[in-house]
Amino acid sequence: MAELLLEVRNLRTYFELFRGTVKAVDGVSFTLEAGEILGIVGESGGGKSVTGFSLLGLIDPPGRIADGEVIFRGEDLLKKSAEEMRRIRGKEISMIFQDPMTSLNPLQTVGRQLDEMLALHTSLSASQRRNRAVELLTEVGIPNPADRLENYPHQFSGGMRQRVVIAIALAANPGLIIADEPTTALDVTVQAQILTLMENLVKKFGSSLILITHDLAVVSEMTHRVAVMYCGRIVEEGPTKELIRAPYHPYTMGLLESIPRMAGTRLPRLPQIPGMVPSLFDLPRGCSFEPRCPRATARCREEIPEMRRMTGNRRTACHNPQTAGKEAADYDR
Amino acid sequence: MLKYLVKRFFQTAVVLFVVSVIVFCVMSFTGDPVLMIVPPNATDAQIAEARIALGLDQPLWVQYKVFLFNLLKGDLGISYIFKRPALTLIVERMPATLELVFLSVLISVAVALPCGVFAGAWPNNPISRAIMGGSLLGISLPSFWVGILMIFYFAVEKGLLPSSGRGTTDTLFGIPFAFLTRDGFRHLILPAVTLALGTLAMLIRLIRAQIMEVLRQDFIKFARAKGVSWKSLLFGHALKNALVPVVTVFGMQIGSLIAFATVTETIFAWPGMGKLLVDSINTSDRPVIVAYLMIVAAMFVFINFIVDIVYTLIDPRIDLR
Repeated sequence: MAELLLEVRNLRTYFELFRGTVKAVDGVSFTLEAGEILGIVGESGGGKSVTGFSLLGLIDPPGRIADGEVIFRGEDLLKKSAEEMRRIRGKEISMIFQDPMTSLNPLQTVGRQLDEMLALHTSLSASQRRNRAVELLTEVGIPNPADRLENYPHQFSGGMRQRVVIAIALAANPGLIIADEPTTALDVTVQAQILTLMENLVKKFGSSLILITHDLAVVSEMTHRVAVMYCGRIVEEGPTKELIRAPYHPYTMGLLESIPRMAGTRLPRLPQIPGMVPSLFDLPRGCSFEPRCPRATARCREEIPEMRRMTGNRRTACHNPQTAGKEAADYDR
Repeated sequence: MLKYLVKRFFQTAVVLFVVSVIVFCVMSFTGDPVLMIVPPNATDAQIAEARIALGLDQPLWVQYKVFLFNLLKGDLGISYIFKRPALTLIVERMPATLELVFLSVLISVAVALPCGVFAGAWPNNPISRAIMGGSLLGISLPSFWVGILMIFYFAVEKGLLPSSGRGTTDTLFGIPFAFLTRDGFRHLILPAVTLALGTLAMLIRLIRAQIMEVLRQDFIKFARAKGVSWKSLLFGHALKNALVPVVTVFGMQIGSLIAFATVTETIFAWPGMGKLLVDSINTSDRPVIVAYLMIVAAMFVFINFIVDIVYTLIDPRIDLR
């Protein structure tokens, strides 16, 4: 893991709406190495998905990418033409969506949708493409793949459809896969299977993965590094294990605290982060998390915290970070 | 499938029976046909004689019974005016109407599909706004007025196209058609365009709305993330998904095109079924009117049946059972 695959610098994606400008992604920077799995975590509306779509250049009006650089294999994707981007999508960077029930075209057979990806981005002949499609479906664990190619999406269960989506995403062997909440719409029992499948396939195909999710448990199991997003900004970033053991940012701490635990001491109530995500039309002047933060000071109200380097490879944007090593259990009681 | 067909056949029979009752009842309230048929100077005795000859002295339900039994034998009565079977009269005129409707349908689809898809894909483009404005006009303007304007401009002012009649015809499978000859085709253009305008405008609006709806769906975004080009996105993925409601409305539109052809045929003196209907209404030729309405109802039912079959071809999730 050495080669730098993706570097996002100061990405800003704004939506110009009638009520004002929503800064859905506001100065996001991160890097991704080849073969690495990065988790982007945060609450709904935190800008995680918009970040993913921005990388692919799939932001539709009234949205626009206002600033920043997305350097993929040494080239800035934001400077590419529409046609160049179209050729990169699917071939170099592909995406897995949240809801497998709606991300496949209901009127085309699964085989045709897989074939479309192969026809677009490989030089295989029709019969080679068919063989490859069967291989891919086998790879993602679909029984009777040759017969299943002729089926329509509604003839598959949710988990099976997500397997098909994964097969399509992997078809052109892309360097980077962006998975936007890939298991949120699935049954809990299926979630683990799909995650394990993705982890194994990404390793096997040598791709990198950006896993966008609100579920820290998912992130802790399969990612190498995590970026925590809140209100369009990354508030904390670092290697998964260290970050989860001892978070710096009070928001990360809050997220960790609100995961119910089955074992250990039984708490009277599940801790929660007080308050709610502020309106993106009317963000606080200082730190966006300040109104909900137990560690907030006068400075937090006035001044937006800059991202700064902490121990090792870790970064956080907080004026009063938790002291390293502090146990998560002390929070909010 | 066979079970479905049988079920569908019985439904059709019920629909046509109900239609026949309604048509028959309504027709019996629309003035006395005997007075239209007898000479103006006929005596009361002659009028009574004519009434008995036509069977109109019987009670209504007896008249209906006779009508129904004849209908089952395929006999829709004899025209009071032409003294020939009503069914024959209508069938003779049918090719003229059908070729007019067919060309209108062709024009509407050929124009509405690209315009609707374009306006749906780029709703803020000035061309889209022009298309939408035009379609609003197309819906709002009555076809008889548009027809008269077209005659005025293309036939009277410019002398480009003929304004009335069917021109020379040629036979295909023993049936005379105007579109086979150059002259006949020239006669066909103005009425076909006039007839197409309303359907065309409505289809554009419907297709646009459907495309806009479909383009918001996840699978479109997924297809874009696959690197699918706009063209194949619109015509390969979006259009087919937009089509189910369009086909429904389109089916009903073909039915109303046949019905609305009445107005257009009258303006352009096109010798089709619609013109025959209007003439028959003017002369209270009741058997022809009833036969026309029965045939149009049967066509509606048949078209809807075809539409249901087409659904299953478009959408694999739709099952006919």
